Amino acid sequence: MDSFLFGRLTFDDIAIFNVFRDFSMNELVASGAGWLEVLAAVGVVGLLTYYRVWGVFWREWLCSQDHKKIGIMYMVIGFVMMARGVAEGVVMRAHLATALDGGILAPQHFAELFSTHGTIMIFFVAMPFIAGFMNFLIPLQIGARDMAFPLMNLISLGLTAAGAMMLLVSLVVGQFETGGWAAYPPFTGKAFQPGVGPDYWIWAIVVSGFGSMLSGINFAVTIYKMRAPGMTYMRMPVFCWTALCTAILLTFAMPPLTVAALMQALDRYLDFHFFTNDRGGNMMNYANLFWMFGHPEVYILILPAYGIFSELTATYSAKTLYGYASLVLATMCIAVMSFTVWVHHFFTMGNSATVNVAFGIATMLIAIPTGVKMYVWLATLWRGRVRLTVPMIYLGGFMVLFVLGGLSGIILANPTINYQVHNSQFIVAHFHNVILPGVVFAVLAGVHMWFPKAFGFRLEERPAKISAVLWIVGFSVTFLPLYFVGLLGYPRRSASYSDATFEPYMIVTALGSLIILAAFVTFASVFWFSWRNRAALAVPLGDPWDGRTLEWATPAPVPEYNFPVIPEVASREAFAVEKAAGRPYVAPDEYEDIHLPAPSAVGFMICVAAGVFSFAMVWWMWWLAALALLAIPTILVVRSFSPDRHIIIPAAQVKAETQAWMRAIDEARGVTRDEELTNANRGYARTDLQEAA
Amino acid sequence: MSEADTKLHPGLNLGPSHGEAHEEAEVVLFGFWVFLMSDLITFGLVFATFATMLSPMSIAGGPGPAEVIDLTSIAMQTTLLLLSTMTFGFASIAMKYEDGRGRIALWLAVTALLGAGFVALEVKDFIHMASIGAAPSRSGYLSALWSLVGLHGLHVTVGIVFVGVMIAQIFALGLTNQVKSRLLRLALYWHFLDIVWVGIMSGVFLAGALSA
Repeated sequence: MDSFLFGRLTFDDIAIFNVFRDFSMNELVASGAGWLEVLAAVGVVGLLTYYRVWGVFWREWLCSQDHKKIGIMYMVIGFVMMARGVAEGVVMRAHLATALDGGILAPQHFAELFSTHGTIMIFFVAMPFIAGFMNFLIPLQIGARDMAFPLMNLISLGLTAAGAMMLLVSLVVGQFETGGWAAYPPFTGKAFQPGVGPDYWIWAIVVSGFGSMLSGINFAVTIYKMRAPGMTYMRMPVFCWTALCTAILLTFAMPPLTVAALMQALDRYLDFHFFTNDRGGNMMNYANLFWMFGHPEVYILILPAYGIFSELTATYSAKTLYGYASLVLATMCIAVMSFTVWVHHFFTMGNSATVNVAFGIATMLIAIPTGVKMYVWLATLWRGRVRLTVPMIYLGGFMVLFVLGGLSGIILANPTINYQVHNSQFIVAHFHNVILPGVVFAVLAGVHMWFPKAFGFRLEERPAKISAVLWIVGFSVTFLPLYFVGLLGYPRRSASYSDATFEPYMIVTALGSLIILAAFVTFASVFWFSWRNRAALAVPLGDPWDGRTLEWATPAPVPEYNFPVIPEVASREAFAVEKAAGRPYVAPDEYEDIHLPAPSAVGFMICVAAGVFSFAMVWWMWWLAALALLAIPTILVVRSFSPDRHIIIPAAQVKAETQAWMRAIDEARGVTRDEELTNANRGYARTDLQEAA
Repeated sequence: MSEADTKLHPGLNLGPSHGEAHEEAEVVLFGFWVFLMSDLITFGLVFATFATMLSPMSIAGGPGPAEVIDLTSIAMQTTLLLLSTMTFGFASIAMKYEDGRGRIALWLAVTALLGAGFVALEVKDFIHMASIGAAPSRSGYLSALWSLVGLHGLHVTVGIVFVGVMIAQIFALGLTNQVKSRLLRLALYWHFLDIVWVGIMSGVFLAGALSA
């Protein structure tokens, strides 16, 4: 039945044609989304061709080993996938509003939606966002030229992109699995889901998981080994501390996910019996493996978010971060403890009471270091010169909502209560309550804060403020009612309900999801408005917010080489201390040629090979899978025979650029904090910091 | 005393006579240690899964440890692999004391041959297991056994390819800094697989033979 060439792929599997075969609301939504995706892809290709920028796009972006550009590309992946994730959320909420004894979508389609929504939001929105921030910021904050392994960085990006492509392709060809983002067997096993859905999940996760593991190694080694002279551990910016802990988590927590997914693949492809019902399989092993990854994962996402909030709290209240050491210690505590709590994800699956209690207590303990952080931020704001700019609005929303989410987490950590609310909408409310105000708000605030550093112009405040408020309101309206619905006994993931009590709540949350959609659209429009007005918003001098850490001591956008000479660091928050002492921007005595890794196509080639391999495995095109798999080591071995190529930026050029920038600073009138949102802000903040010195 | 004189990373240090190669090795070798830690987690997880699959329920009426473990073959495999780690040590020492490309390549080739002998014996065991109805699809226990031993065998196979590539690079590129640092990493990888094998030999085969 299967053809040699195309495996089990047939013309009927092309999902976007389903609407012509069976015209219904359900197919209209599913195929419509697929068509939108195809049109978007064609649109991007068309635009690149129309503006004739393929060459630039290829040389200066896809092949670039510059950590800043790689970071930006991660963020772009995150935003593109977020558009789909948000849209799916709205569709699901629209369905549930009509789902009293039915609903506009087929149950199968609804199950696919919550599976892709979860997989996308965790692996291809939140993960690329935090990887993007870490890539962009770590070398700048520790005073380094680049990451420790620039080419591996490019490969990690390629693997993440290949995984994201699998999610996008699954909407157009075939269908996705229906077992949620955790894809629990045996439900996702061969016996229950023989189709391609779970295979899409497996290969997207395995491929992007390898990328994340390599990123973790890269970040850890960069922070351990590449710090500028004088940058001791206790002088590192807090974001770097959170990034270091995240890197360690990535290194140790990605293998359980990869192992679990590959064992599931062996079960499905080669008839192994790790997690099957018959012949000695044991699905509890999957639950353990998956959550040994899954729980550290939430800290992989939230720790860098804490780092971002720490940086912006200090910057926008113009005060040294209160209790740096306790913040560092709390971060480390959370990183270690995150490995000791995984069983709380399956309290009801038949562990002994002793095991449940141990994991319940461990889970509650994590609230202590998290609480420390909250107090540290509050104490930093106390008597600070707070400006209610966009990032601070997000911070305010975060502080109130995240505490609420954390407290509901403590409730869930109690096994006896957990038995009552297990797998109800209460859980849905809880994890959206921590991930949305925690991770998403941090990302949006961070984008607003560091965008000028990356692109050289500020983002428009007014639409961004509207967006921030819409996010906060939208989140609250959508997810807070779900706590009540959960306590009323509405299970999660159910495609319809028969109790009319739930209907008003579902209508409210559907309206809330529209507010979130509006927030997302508004946020996207900020980029458009700001781009149009970029000349007025330009901050070429590089320090628009009176920043405190090393990355603000560079022009905006940052030159490819980051620093004309590697800085020497003498204190914590080095740049703020120098400004307070009145001697920032000291011109280097002498300049040297700077060597940077030359552009490389290896990352893109690995991305294509990994993507083709995944697709071929999903559709059983064994010949193609074998070719693509063989291509990966071949590319790496061939490449290893050619010496590393470098581009050299001559000392004279570095000198000219640095001196021009310094002259511009000398001539500039520094702006006060009251003027920082006006067009007078050219990126030279007049500091009124005294306490740092 | 320059920085090059100091001991940089845990492992064989090339020493000051290798100049830059010695110092450049620090970051990449440290990175490789972090990778090995990650890989050790992978092995540990597959090992732990195997440990949970020793119950009669997971053996599911299929062949158990008594039927599938052949200690004679395991003893021969262990001997080959331990010898290969020694010969890799000779290759590393030849590099450190600059005994020339030929000597390094010779010891690497011996290492690869010993590794290939190990893999060949392992494949023979697998073929035998399949012939007596102990294929991985028979039971959860056998799935876990094949996966754990197979994962290690796959690593050794990758290592053999890696050794082949390095022999080619020694002659094609010469003993450049990069080639030397790659040899240091390959050495870590090879010794690491030996340690993992000691764990598998004791935890899977010896313990299995005793309990059978």
